[in-house]
Parts: sequence; C-alpha cells; structure tokens
Amino acid sequence: MKASILEVPRGFWSLLVGMRVTLTQFFKPVVTVPYPHQTLPIPARFRGHIELVVDPATGRPRCTACKLCERACPSDCILVDGAKLEGEKKKSVTLYHLDFTKCSLCGSCVEVCASDALRFSREYNLAGTRKEAYQYDLVQRAAAEGKKP
Amino acid sequence: MSFLTHEPYRLLLALVAVLAFVGVNAMYLVLAERKGAGRFQRRPGPNEAGYGGWLQPVADVAKMLSKQLLVPPGTDTILFRLAPLIVLAPAMMCLAVVPFSDTLTARDVNFGLLMVFSFGSINVLAVMLSGWSSRNKYAIISAARVVSQNVAYEIPMLLVAITLLMITGTMDLNEIVRQQAGGFWHWNLFRVWVNPLMPVTFVIYFICMLAETNRAPFDMAEAESELVAGAFTEYAGMGFGVFFMAEYANIVLGCSLATVLFLGGWQSPIGVLSGVVWFLLKMYALVFTVIWVRWTFPRTQFYALLNLSWKILIPISLFTLLLSGALLKLFHA
Amino acid sequence: MNAVDPTVRPGVNETFVLNLGPQHPAAHGVLRVKMTMDGEYVMRAEPVIGYIHRMHEKMGENRTWAQFLPNTGRIDYLSALHYNHAYVAAVERALKIEVPRRAEFLRVITSEMNRISSHLVWWSAYLIDLGGLTPLLYAFDDREKLLDLLEAVTGSRLTYTYFRFGGVYNDVDEAFVRGTRQFVREFRPRLKMYRDLVTTNIILRKRLEAIGPISAELCRKYGATGPVLRGAGVAYDVRRAEPYSVYPELEFEIPTRREGDSMARYLVHMAELEQSLRIIEQGLDKLPEGPVMGKVPRVLRPPAGDYCFAVEAARGRFMVRLVSDGKDVPYRVKLRTPSFSNLSLFEEASRGMILPDALALMGSLDLVIPDIDR
Repeated sequence: MKASILEVPRGFWSLLVGMRVTLTQFFKPVVTVPYPHQTLPIPARFRGHIELVVDPATGRPRCTACKLCERACPSDCILVDGAKLEGEKKKSVTLYHLDFTKCSLCGSCVEVCASDALRFSREYNLAGTRKEAYQYDLVQRAAAEGKKP
Repeated sequence: MSFLTHEPYRLLLALVAVLAFVGVNAMYLVLAERKGAGRFQRRPGPNEAGYGGWLQPVADVAKMLSKQLLVPPGTDTILFRLAPLIVLAPAMMCLAVVPFSDTLTARDVNFGLLMVFSFGSINVLAVMLSGWSSRNKYAIISAARVVSQNVAYEIPMLLVAITLLMITGTMDLNEIVRQQAGGFWHWNLFRVWVNPLMPVTFVIYFICMLAETNRAPFDMAEAESELVAGAFTEYAGMGFGVFFMAEYANIVLGCSLATVLFLGGWQSPIGVLSGVVWFLLKMYALVFTVIWVRWTFPRTQFYALLNLSWKILIPISLFTLLLSGALLKLFHA
Repeated sequence: MNAVDPTVRPGVNETFVLNLGPQHPAAHGVLRVKMTMDGEYVMRAEPVIGYIHRMHEKMGENRTWAQFLPNTGRIDYLSALHYNHAYVAAVERALKIEVPRRAEFLRVITSEMNRISSHLVWWSAYLIDLGGLTPLLYAFDDREKLLDLLEAVTGSRLTYTYFRFGGVYNDVDEAFVRGTRQFVREFRPRLKMYRDLVTTNIILRKRLEAIGPISAELCRKYGATGPVLRGAGVAYDVRRAEPYSVYPELEFEIPTRREGDSMARYLVHMAELEQSLRIIEQGLDKLPEGPVMGKVPRVLRPPAGDYCFAVEAARGRFMVRLVSDGKDVPYRVKLRTPSFSNLSLFEEASRGMILPDALALMGSLDLVIPDIDR
C-alpha cells in the first residue's frame, strides 16, 4: 500500500527527469547534414562498384583476363575476355562486363585478383531509370578515365 | 469606421478574429509541432517548402483540399458529415469568452468558466459520432475508448474548476484575471495560503487537458503504431484535416484556460505593462510544453490511463477541494 | 491486467481472426501473425513466416566455400559480423587453419561494436512500437558513429563481409583505435541519458513490468536463447558456455534477470550494451601487433565430415553446421538462427493477453524476420 502511494511522486519525478533530457537535447545543434546541399566525405575503403586499375607505365588496364574474378564471384556478375597483344607475355583484357544489378559488393573479385587490377570506385550517386544503365563496360570506363585531363 | 466599436459590429469583428485565430493557429501549430519535434530529435523538421519550412502548412492544406471527400457506402451519411463540424465548433465558441487582454474579449460573459466547461465536452460527442457513423469495427472500438477516456478525465478537471471557483469566488474569466494583478506572486498558481496544493492542482489540470485533447501520452485513439486504426479512419482529405484542426484548437483553448486560471492571463509578471502580449507568451509556453511532453514519453496503456484518472487524480483533486474549502472557511471567511 | 483464463467463459465462440499482416507500420519486418481474438484478448497467435525466405541454405549448396561468405552477412543484417564469424570459424575448424591473435582481437572488437549497433536498433524499434518516437533519433546518432568507424575499416555500413578464412580482410589503423576509444568514452554518458529518458520512466515501466512473462521452462521447450533466456533467469551465453576466439581472456559479465517479463528482457539488453563496451575497451588495450591473415590453403576443400560452430549473436545463439563431402562446394549448410526459436514461443506465451501487451511481448523478443526465414 505504502509502495503504491510513494510510486505517484516518484513516477512523476521520473517524468520530469525525462523532460529535462529532451529539453537539453532541444538546445543542442542539429545533427542532420542537409544532404543534397552538403555532402559528407567518403571514406577511402568505401565500396562503390569495381573499376579497372590502369597501369601508369603502359596506359592500359593491368588486367590479364585470367578469369579468377569471374570464378570467384558468387553472383555471376563478371564476364572477362582478353587477347594477347603483339610482343606481350600476358594477355590484355579486351572485354570486362560487370552486371551491377547482381553485384553484392562482397569484394571477392578485388581480393582474388592476381594482378591487383581491380579496385572499388567511390561512386554512390547511381540512381537510374533503366536496368541497362547498370551493365558496365569497365574497359571503356578505364579508357575514358585515362582521357580525362 | 467608428461604428466598429459599437456593439453588434464589434462582436462580429471579434468573432471573425477568433475564427481567424483558430484557423491560423491550427495551420501553424502543426508546423510548430513538426519543427519542435525535429529540434527535440536533433533534426531540422520541415525545411524545404519555403524558407525554413514556413510554407509547409500551405502545402499540407493544398494537399488535403485536393483529396476526394469520400463518404463510404453504408455509413450514416448525415452523422458522418456532421461530426467534423461539431468537433470544431465548441473550441471556437469557448475561445469567444477567453480574455485575451483587458479589452480584447469577444464576449465578456459573467459565467465564462461554466460555459467553457460545458461546451468543452461537446467534442467528445463528435468523436463518438465519427466513430459510430463510420461503420468500421475498429473505429467504433476506438471511439468508445476516446469517450471513456474523456469522461474519466472530465471529472478531475471539473473538480479543479470547482476548487478555483471557490477560491476566486467568480465565474467571470476576466474577473479571475483581474484578481491576479500585481506581480507573479499574485498569480493563482502561487495562492498557497488558500490551497497549499495549488501547484499540484495546476499539474492535474494540465494532465487532464492532455487527456481531453487526446494528446500523447494519452493518444491511444489516434496512435499511429497501434494496430487499431483510430476513430477517424474513414475520413479522407479535408474531413480528416478538420479533426486535426480541432485537436490543435482544443489545445489552444486548454492552454488559454490554464493561463487565465493559473498563470495570471494577460497580467504581466512584474506588475506593469500588462497586455495581450503576456497572454500570448504564456499560452504559447504552455503549448510548447504540450509538444515537449508528446515527444518525450511513450504511450500509456489504456487501463493505466483510466487507472491514473480514477485512482490517482480524482482522489487528489477531491482532497484539494476539501482542503481549500476547509481553509477558506477557517481562515478566510 | 494479464492473462485471462480462456475456460472462464465457456461456450463463447465469438472469436474473430485478426491479421497482423506482413506489412507493418515500422518494426517487425515481414511477419504475418494470425490472431484469433476474443474481443481484445488474444486467444491464439499463429505466426506465418516465409515472406522473406531467400533460400540461403540452398545457396550454400551451390556456392563454393568462399563464395558463400557474403550470404552470411545478409541472414541477420543487423549483427552481420557475428554470422560471418560463425561461418568462417566453422570452416577454419574443418581445415584446421590458425588465426593470428591480432585478427582474433579485431574480430571480437568489431563483433561487439556490431552487437551495440544491433541493440540500438532493437531499442529504437521497440520504443516506436510503444509510442516514443524520440529515442530512435538519439540511438541512431550514436549508431552513426559506430557505422562510420566500421565503414572506414570494412567499406560497408550494414552487411559486412569483413572476416575471411584465417583472419580478417583489412587491418585497422590508428584512427580506428582512437575513434573507437572516443566512441566508448562518449557512449557511457549516453547510456545514462537513455536510462533517464526511458528506462526509469514510469510510463514505460507500467507498459513493461509484469507484461509477457516467459519462464525458463518455456524457453527450454522452444530452444529460445539470448536476452529472452537470460531475462528468464538462465545465465546462458555461448561466449561462456562454448568459449571461442579470445573471449576466455576477456572479463565481462552475463547480465541475467529473474523476473522473465518484458522489463527483464529490456534490462538485459541495456546491460549487455555496457558489457560490450567493457569488452571493446579490453580488446583495444590488449590488441597485439602482427598479421591479420593466417596461412590458408590455396584450394579450399575441407575433408568430408560434419563441422559446426556456435556464436553468441546479438539475438541469441547462432550456429552453423557444415556438411562437407570433400568437394569445393558444401554438401549442406544448416543455419540455426536465434529468432526462429525465439518466435516459436510467442504462440504459447501470448495466450490470453490483451493485444497491445502481446505486441509489447513480441517487440521484446528482438525478432529480425530475415533471420527467421533465412
């Protein structure tokens, strides 16, 4: 009986304590970053879709079309083909097709690559309206990347 | 233009002003609540429509007006359409007797307190009508809950009103405010030589006001995450908008009454320069507290809500009533 | 107001079926509960699962051992690292791979960070169910710091694939250690704030105390583990019952409460946050230098046999059972998930309860539906 009577003022006090917590939060600054107007820095290890690493010495991707990534991918996203160029010991990649609609960004391809030819990009603004927009031709992208000033 | 100070025209103008006050408040209190909720939660609240979100209520009203006023088949069409009207009217009528300042009262009746409390209970009827005429199992259950909640909380509210009536000796709201002239120590909240539990009485009144207006933590009827959809499920567009407006109008009314009864109405806390500004400041401070309470606490369970009223608030308010009566008789005859 | 004895009203057959459908306003996920109600009281609550069955176990039979690893992060996305851990450790057991100590410590530290972020989501969602919408924002502010730290290390924010057979994928740098210590420093006062705002609040206590009692016997019948079992008085934690990784070297308690009601489960969750902080601090203090990957054979072909490994995930005991027949694709991957067992006792525990109390009980079980359906 006594406990239930004492509960009334104690319970009321707990309400006031809770209200004080929210009031202190009221006067603190807003945490939200207004996204399209302001962006946050992307960490270095962020996993965007993969891209081919260009060898600065030759100006071409390092990929030798060994197909280790194609075999490692759990979702069958990658299709690689290559051919030997004149005077080269290893093959060079001619086709690198990534189906990004199935990719889960697991990183197996980047990890297993024998020539360190793959890395994650930092792209996240990838909204699109057609599925075809997500079939990436990475060789073409690497070439376009090289032509950028 | 001097005819505007003469009686029928002044009253008409004042009533139009009250209607406008209710309308603007309903629109912008929604925005204030959303921005306030945002600040309590460390986020901005609506800030895209207009600079800082000031045009958000306009956008909301435009959205609601563009919706079809669907009257579901099988409902009682007259009651269905009547309910939104009945729910908004009492708030407006009651605000007509609340003294905004010494001279700014739409109609200064000398039984203002009685009128406010009698008309205030009409909106319970409107909620019941809306739930009943919707012919929706969950709406009826929800409406029945609202009615039992409101009835339970009317009682402590009326006991508080009677206590104040005894202490102030008048039902005229303007007279009650005039009795609180001087500094803030003259306010009814601090009149502890007549009723030592006056602050407790104020808290009881505040809690009852939250429950009467179905505000959190007592908003079982319109809870968004409860299973049962609520008494207003079948209302679309502006019909629902009117219920929303009525909720905010009731909050404004409840807070105005609390300022008038306990916090000195339009009296200034330092005794000079009284006026409508102090009234509005105090009222909006109480409205801020209502918003603050909503965004701090979870919802009570329905039986806990009723327990609070019947087992805790009513005994305490009865006790304060008896206490003030005894003290008045013994020391202040 | 607790359970009503259904036999008290004989001859009453005015029950109706209420469908707590697969779509819910926030929380829960795609779970359907068919409730046979008598007025406001739940006579029978039958959970219907399978709305998010993604056939992870079948995928296990069609992917190589390494290719299955990303799947583990998606089973229970809120505590993905624990699920990673169980799978890689099971394969390591099969192939007898040694994991370097630095990697073990990193696994423990990141797993405990994941446990904290999972519990913060549970807390937020539970309170939304009960009507308090504000603590979500506060919890997610803290969680954001955790996610940023883990993103800087692993590259992902939610569905981590950080562990590898033999260690972890990336090493952590000084910024991570500093950031985590700062997080631990800043999180303790926040826990106090959560206590003031929510745990001691009379409204919450009235909602949770004596609501949804689950006894230890009921847990044993259905195999419930995790905070559900610890809230019923049984101090069972896989980290102490079947010690793995470097947990034997770390000091922490197993929070247990005897009442078995929703409040007990709530308090166990909140106490676990504090214990996870302790583990993270000790892990950072004891973090040795060294490699983060052990020696792993080039071709992964575990010898034929049955291997299993259990971890204490955020929701309870998660166990992986691998059956290998010597090929480079598993013969069978069995995932024993905690939410499945925890949900099974809902039907018996919620008999005769009033509906909002049944929902409070369900929230306190900490269910993640993809974990149930796999």
